[in-house]
Amino acid sequence: MKPAAFDYVVAESVDAAVAALAAADGEAKILAGGQSLVPMLNFRLLRPAILIDINRIPDLAFIEDRADEIAIGALTRHYRLETSPVIAVHLPVVADAMRHVAHLAIRNRGTIGGSLSHADPAAELPMLALLLDATLHAVSPAGPRTIAARDFFLGPLTVDLAGDEMVTRITMPKLPPATGWGFAEVARRSGDFALAAAAATLTLGNRTIAEARIAMTGIDETAKRASEAEALLMGQTLTPDLIDAAIAAVRAAVNPPTDLHASSDYRRHLIGVLVGRSLADAWRRAGAEQS
Amino acid sequence: MSTRAIKVAVNGVTYERSVEPRLLLADFLRHTLGLTGTHVGCEHGVCGACTVLVDGDSVRSCLLFAVQTDGARVETVESLGTIGDMNALQQAFHEHHALQCGFCTPGMLMTATDLMRKYPLASDEDIREGLSGNLCRCTGYEHIVRAVRAAVARAKDAAP
Repeated sequence: MKPAAFDYVVAESVDAAVAALAAADGEAKILAGGQSLVPMLNFRLLRPAILIDINRIPDLAFIEDRADEIAIGALTRHYRLETSPVIAVHLPVVADAMRHVAHLAIRNRGTIGGSLSHADPAAELPMLALLLDATLHAVSPAGPRTIAARDFFLGPLTVDLAGDEMVTRITMPKLPPATGWGFAEVARRSGDFALAAAAATLTLGNRTIAEARIAMTGIDETAKRASEAEALLMGQTLTPDLIDAAIAAVRAAVNPPTDLHASSDYRRHLIGVLVGRSLADAWRRAGAEQS
Repeated sequence: MSTRAIKVAVNGVTYERSVEPRLLLADFLRHTLGLTGTHVGCEHGVCGACTVLVDGDSVRSCLLFAVQTDGARVETVESLGTIGDMNALQQAFHEHHALQCGFCTPGMLMTATDLMRKYPLASDEDIREGLSGNLCRCTGYEHIVRAVRAAVARAKDAAP
């Protein structure tokens, strides 16, 4: 299992990288962390003529606190997200979830821009981007463009990026005050892709739910928001009955795949359990925030 | 076939070689440099046998091209110690019988090296989670966990 031969281009800048993508006319791939790309090359599932290495582009890996949002460079490694004090304070659900992303050796290399652009239907980062209403900032030779996370994921391994476009940074609004969060995942082995995972944030106002966000992964062709369940929660207090109603809404809204590891029915059951746990944790943390 | 000149420091020795871009770091270490301590198992990032350190961070050397390490510092299992002079982690593996066939051992050692630098590894659960990306088909992991636990305790005792 060795990759087919390719030409290797070291991009010194984002402009150079997208110019090389455009010049290759669909025959090139961006090499970021390579933790999903290189296995596909080793299996020869992909045989790009050119790899454009963006690892030496300066200033593409950063985590910045910008007023009401956090800006994250596309080349930021998972391990930095996991351990960043800025993320721990303002987006603690991300810090918690990152511990479930693969293993340390993968987290040392894998990047947020790469994971979002790859869009594995069981990965955690696309789910977090949806949960947190992230915005992706992309650049092509035609110029910069922003894409809302909810418009970005089109299908399994398919995103709204043109062939000559690359993600350069991701912005995520900080969690508002009086907001609690929860994250729950089940995988076959610690660090494996999720059989299913869920995350939620609940923002309280007058001790009732003023905003509810629920996102899920592993249960469909892309990560998804649970819009129906979110709507049920608005203006309510979180009782066991309300959690059950949200779980029922989630199970009705998903269409999980069957594979070697789990049946569709099992995943549908599981995602309900995981959403229920995420909501309970989010409610508990939101209460602690407010009191 | 086009090749590229790279300069990489492996275990403190600087090598200048010409490599094909598709040459994996694992194969560069083993075939080009003859450092066969790094083992190759699955070649797609699942088994962890080929784990080495690049600029101090553990990586799968089957998921990195040698050409990407131009200018970098690579450490392999050969850097830890020798049979006559094992480092503390190797010593713990020896004392706790943490290997049988030895195929996964280089990856286990390099992974544990990075884990011990980055995490407190306060519980066996933390150790197991940390090692979960490294497959061992012989030991059932129990003795490997014991060895790492012992190495962590020894490092804590040694710290001022």
